[in-house]
Amino acid sequence: MEEVLYNVLGAIATFLVAFVVGMTYGGLNRKITARVQNRKGPPFYQNFIDTLKLASKKSAIHHGVMQHFGPAFLMVTSVMSLLIVPVLTHNQWFPNLNFHGDLIFLLYIMVFGPLGMALGAGQTGNPNSAIGITRGLSQMVGYEIPWVLALVALMIQYHTTSIVGLMAVQAQSGTWLMFSSPFAFIAAVMAMLGMFSYSPFDVVIAPAEIASGPASENGGKYLFTMMSSGSVFAFVKLTLYVDLFMGGADNIVILLVKTFALYMIPVLYSLTTVRYRTEQSIRWFWGWPSFFGLLAILQAVIF
Amino acid sequence: MINDKNSQKIVDIIQNWARKHSIWVLGYGTGCGSIEIPPTMTSRYDAERLGVRGAATPRQADVLLITGYLTTKTLKRVIRVYEQMQDPKYVIGFGSCTINGGMYYDSYNTIKVLDKYLPVDVYINGCMPRPEAVLSGFGQLQKRIAEGRADGAKQYKENLEWYRANQKKIIPNWVMPEYNW
Repeated sequence: MEEVLYNVLGAIATFLVAFVVGMTYGGLNRKITARVQNRKGPPFYQNFIDTLKLASKKSAIHHGVMQHFGPAFLMVTSVMSLLIVPVLTHNQWFPNLNFHGDLIFLLYIMVFGPLGMALGAGQTGNPNSAIGITRGLSQMVGYEIPWVLALVALMIQYHTTSIVGLMAVQAQSGTWLMFSSPFAFIAAVMAMLGMFSYSPFDVVIAPAEIASGPASENGGKYLFTMMSSGSVFAFVKLTLYVDLFMGGADNIVILLVKTFALYMIPVLYSLTTVRYRTEQSIRWFWGWPSFFGLLAILQAVIF
Repeated sequence: MINDKNSQKIVDIIQNWARKHSIWVLGYGTGCGSIEIPPTMTSRYDAERLGVRGAATPRQADVLLITGYLTTKTLKRVIRVYEQMQDPKYVIGFGSCTINGGMYYDSYNTIKVLDKYLPVDVYINGCMPRPEAVLSGFGQLQKRIAEGRADGAKQYKENLEWYRANQKKIIPNWVMPEYNW
């Protein structure tokens, strides 16, 4: 009974930490972007104000039952993957409901949110939403290839399909997987650029072109749910990369340092480039990232 | 206790503070005034430090910024856009043309006084208003939001018949969907 209580309270605490950290990272992204463009920029807590404002909108119109599913599925995906990914090692306040094969389960669950969003955006009837969803699913086909190749390489090389197993491998050998399987790390980081869909891979949102795509009919509380689930999901992705390739984290400070260092890769890369077209984006992911993914598989099979 | 007046007042203060510091602008840039928006948003004047940010669609926007004159043809689109926005919503009339017609005062196909057709919360005077004036206009809007006086949308709902009559005088073929905003 006590264990269940710890798990429930721990899940709530994990969600709050993920929300606050994800939101703050988003705000720091806006601040860094502004400083690079020689602006003062909004305060780092601007995203909290934006979500509070969206939550306190008095009306939020919807076009049918299915529209609720889009933001709700996104939120469900974020929370589910948050509970599977171990946030801190050896800490009872951050329970991880992991099991054998959770890495494969995570691969499936990470595409669940965009598919739910496709259902929701279809109901709105906005042509921009339909275009955005098409682009999003196409781009997902692009970056899933190097991402899956990298994960399969890890699974073959270390004979385990659980995240905790891979963390145990790193703890035993004392080297991070980003050094012992570098090609998988390179392929996975290149796939991460697509997952965050910052520039140049922001073909889904593209505000000046298709009016923010799938979100274009969602205002008020729907947009609030989407923004907060996006922040939580960003935290999940960064924590997963830290767990897989950088040996996990023992306390919250190390976790923040490692995740922030990883987060700077898509942020700084986005500042140097402009938006690709969808086919250019897919071609990019099927080029060098997939090549490094194949190298990782070769390394896993041969060595 | 939750529903009593004082706690509602506290909630209002917090919500108005958030609304004040997060203004998502939908620029309706058909008039010449929209040329002043890029300098307001970019590095020299940087409206984002005040929380002012562009919104992509009417559903996400808080402020409808009418930059300059409105022809009788575009008025219909502006009304549709305004009615798609979610409460609480505000309108900023930008430039002299929205106040009294400006240099188009004797034109046959522009509307002269925007306030007859949409509830304007803040006017920004000038032809053109410089980015300093635009920022000062946003400051005025923030002040009104914080005081809870920016209730143009409420007035629009209460006096809908008067607004509709004025709009239908300009738009003879009124084929518009019914909105349940």
